[in-house]
Amino acid sequence: MDALSFIPQPLLIGFAGVLGLLILGTIAAFVLPAAQPGKWSDLGPRMRSWWVIALLVGGALIAGWQAFAILMAVISFLALKEFLTLAPTRKEDRLIVLLAYVTVLVNYGLIFTDTLFEDSYQIYLVFTPVYAFLVMAATMAWIGRTDGFLATTGIVHWGVVVCVYNIGYMAFLMRTPDAEAPAGAAGLVFFLIFITQLNDVAQYCWGKALGRTKITPRVSPNKTWEGAIGGWLTTAIVFYLLAPYFTPLTPLHAAIMGAAVPIAGFFGDITMSAIKRDLGVKDTSRLIPGHGGVLDRLDSLTFAAPVYFHLLAYFALERF
Amino acid sequence: MLQVIRRYALMLVVRPIARLLFGLDAIGAEHLPKRGPAIIAANHNSHVDTIVLLCLFPSKLLPKLRPVAAADHFDKGGFGSWVSRNVIGIIPIKRGGAAKGEDVLLGAKEALKRGEILVVFPEGSRGAPEEMTRFKTGVARLVEFMPEVAVTPVYLQGAGRSLPKDAKIFAPFNVTAVIGEPMTWTGSHHGFIDNLRARIETLKTQAPPLRWE
Repeated sequence: MDALSFIPQPLLIGFAGVLGLLILGTIAAFVLPAAQPGKWSDLGPRMRSWWVIALLVGGALIAGWQAFAILMAVISFLALKEFLTLAPTRKEDRLIVLLAYVTVLVNYGLIFTDTLFEDSYQIYLVFTPVYAFLVMAATMAWIGRTDGFLATTGIVHWGVVVCVYNIGYMAFLMRTPDAEAPAGAAGLVFFLIFITQLNDVAQYCWGKALGRTKITPRVSPNKTWEGAIGGWLTTAIVFYLLAPYFTPLTPLHAAIMGAAVPIAGFFGDITMSAIKRDLGVKDTSRLIPGHGGVLDRLDSLTFAAPVYFHLLAYFALERF
Repeated sequence: MLQVIRRYALMLVVRPIARLLFGLDAIGAEHLPKRGPAIIAANHNSHVDTIVLLCLFPSKLLPKLRPVAAADHFDKGGFGSWVSRNVIGIIPIKRGGAAKGEDVLLGAKEALKRGEILVVFPEGSRGAPEEMTRFKTGVARLVEFMPEVAVTPVYLQGAGRSLPKDAKIFAPFNVTAVIGEPMTWTGSHHGFIDNLRARIETLKTQAPPLRWE
């Protein structure tokens, strides 16, 4: 274990837990299709994709904030491309689409430039919501096509905020000084990803076990009140119990965040479902075998990441 | 030597970059031919189309893949011609201006005889982005010449939005390829072409909705 001693212990145990789940899932992917042919055909590719995701994210968390920011920039780019491919745009908007991609560079570039500016976090906070908004709308007005103007400027900015700005918070969180959290900055980010994924899984399991009353029949007909509440309580309790190992939160603040973060994740999930229904697709792309698109996998995180970041920053982190 | 470099360039450089920029979602990839002689026929809106189609195949088939491309655009002589013929692997075809009695399809026919897989765009030109124009009959004449060759129809969506004709820079969008079941010679040029066009129109319904006006 000496070679791994630079990784804080809670994070190491977290990684070991993820590795255990991956191995269990892989065994299931071999055993179940043989036991019930035809029923589990999706599980093999799904598990292979989980291995790739875990190795990429885990590797980047260990490698440091630079590697993690680059990984998240690529993920944001892929998610934004999926969004702009499916969303209605106009022939004149090619330049606007390019500007939207430029925001990926600036948004993540700001994470690297804290020696250039006094506090690049302050600039990060306003760049995408305010300045990308202004520049893209002004450029569209300058190009001059007026029919569908308001709809398109809204659509493109919506995509940039969700895919780039909100997801970028995960990368900025990695810049928290390691001394500020018991398992370092990587522990904070790991905990966020763990909690949001746990919430998805717990909702699914409670829903399968007790689900009766549909919670959003028109947006996500498989979701139930029983699943949502069971998942929320499970996640909140796990958050509260594990918070001392990953976060510098007091018990009261841990309870507040444990309650708030899964709710944000739930709403991120159903919001993305509503958008997919509006666009008339089931998956945002076929990039990840067994899962669908990048945006399908990120849905809860697009809402949970900024809420987790802001509450942590307000309650505990000196840096932000 | 050049073939080895081409294969690794496709595997390690072209395909990863194409995947990053265009996604390369394929629906019905099991219908793609696994050996030549064969013909792939797709709608055409962008130079990106050829790259997307080449990336759909396993790289060991790369030496067999021959995009049929307009001589007046890709075979104007000099270094450009060398790259088109040897790196991309095109078979040049004359669009208009052929002498009487000259068989413009000769190069394509010889490639089929060698057991290669032709990539053809029956529209003959990229045209307006994301719109399909009239099909030319060349592909029907090739199947008539070699009736054992099957034509696999492919509908490509999105490349015309990434890099339309006359655009200076391209914008990344996901490209979807919908691949249909192979078709064989039916005995009539126009019948074959109309059928091919109808098949590609049908494949279009399986692609994700495209909202671009």
